[in-house]
Amino acid sequence: MRQFIPMRRVLAVATLGALFWAAPASWAAAPPEAASCIACHGADGMGNAAAGYPRLAGLPEQYLADQLRYFADGTRNNAIMSGMAKPLSAAQVTALATYYSKLKPSGKPAPMPTGAAAAEGERLALRGDWEKGIPACIRCHGPGAIGVGENFPALVGQSAAYIEAQIKAWKDGSRSGDPLGLMHTVALRMTDAQTQAVAQWLAAQPLSPSKSASAKH
Amino acid sequence: MTRKQNPMTLALCALGLFAASAASALAADAPMAPPKSEINAAVGTGAQFTPPPESSIPDDDFGKMVKLGRDIMLDTPKYAKDFVGNTLSCVNCHTDAGRMAGSAPLWAAYVSYPAYRGKNKKVNTFEERLQGCFKFSQNGKAPPLGSKTLVALESYSYWLSKGLPVDEKVAGRGYPNLPEPQQAPDYVRGQKVYEAKCILCHAANGEGQYVNGETVFPPLWGPKSFNWGAGMGSYKNAAKFIYANMPYGMSYSLSPQEAWDVAYFMDAQERPQDPRWQGSVAATRAKFHDSKFSLYGTKVNGKLLGDIGAPKPR
Repeated sequence: MRQFIPMRRVLAVATLGALFWAAPASWAAAPPEAASCIACHGADGMGNAAAGYPRLAGLPEQYLADQLRYFADGTRNNAIMSGMAKPLSAAQVTALATYYSKLKPSGKPAPMPTGAAAAEGERLALRGDWEKGIPACIRCHGPGAIGVGENFPALVGQSAAYIEAQIKAWKDGSRSGDPLGLMHTVALRMTDAQTQAVAQWLAAQPLSPSKSASAKH
Repeated sequence: MTRKQNPMTLALCALGLFAASAASALAADAPMAPPKSEINAAVGTGAQFTPPPESSIPDDDFGKMVKLGRDIMLDTPKYAKDFVGNTLSCVNCHTDAGRMAGSAPLWAAYVSYPAYRGKNKKVNTFEERLQGCFKFSQNGKAPPLGSKTLVALESYSYWLSKGLPVDEKVAGRGYPNLPEPQQAPDYVRGQKVYEAKCILCHAANGEGQYVNGETVFPPLWGPKSFNWGAGMGSYKNAAKFIYANMPYGMSYSLSPQEAWDVAYFMDAQERPQDPRWQGSVAATRAKFHDSKFSLYGTKVNGKLLGDIGAPKPR
């Protein structure tokens, strides 16, 4: 015997199911302020590699909030971002930082560079150049450079253009606000060739490394 | 740890925020520009020796053992799992996998053994010296003489030492001496240095930071750190290491007094029992810690350090 199921209940169940399917794990909807970010940083928060606009998705909340304040007060000197950040209230800064910190990073890494520059990039990232006073990236940004705590953001998922520009900005002082001046100190010791090599190598790393890959030397 | 929970860290990270720095007493003390530092620990040692580049490790069975030794240095819990009882790696106290002068480089140690050591009152071979690192600094157990772990570390050390004369005083060995403190090292001043310069990485309770179960910033005290028998438990030794090596990339940026104070603070915290336990704190202190640079068995802030019972069996 056929059982009759009211159409309305079927619809209700289907709608609920669709909602669950579509909702991100955090259930956080984009705050209205994020509309201005999407044009450059993408709806997925992964930035734009060609233009050098950085990944925001999944970076530490405190770090993201700090950067918005730094753009607003000139600690980070950037004409576009300064204009974007200055009008934001403290609550808006928090809302944006919370939203982007909870977005799951996605996408594919850049192709792995080849040759001597790639080997130098790998050496700098995993071992550093201690004779020149350059610690390895992974010593602070963690195995696979996936980021550590609130102060050491992920480097993977960033484009080579962005990483290179940031190291140069720390070097010339147009970016500061790094705790203890750690990045400024390291950047001062890096040559342009080293900066480019390590940026390209990092940009080619997967978002989440396998456990064995992180310990590779 | 988040900076929301910890006002000291918040202030620390506001170093670059000129608006915020005037508001807080702590940040007002903080320098606006990064402190002056040297490029690495070697600068303060007069060391002339440079170990061979890793690219020259031979591509044969000996080279494989050398590489294993290097890997043990870099990730000890992974490559020497059976002998490690905490979450530290050799590289935490031997910068650049034991290559760096002024950071207890393996090449300087290698050419200095066998040697008599007051620590165990006998002549120690290099392998026996390595065993001590596992027993104390790694809070683990000594790999047997001739085991692959010790053969790998000895091979790596030997390879690093290419061209160094044996049994000569070698510049860059251990950690460089630092000037005596002008004031007696002090817990409260040390805590302030810790909060300004160390907490960023080593966290509020010295517990360090981990990612996916791997140590990034090593724990400085507590159950996952080195035990009371480790060399780093002497605050003089710790002060020398810190002065020349910490924070990363900022060698010699602390004043000698700051290094003494923060080393005292670190070594005035509880950590795993000395495996040479003599049945009581007093007896263990009398036999192994009879030095003003060990706080083991002394009272700090009303607590008897080391009073945590017998060592856990390994």
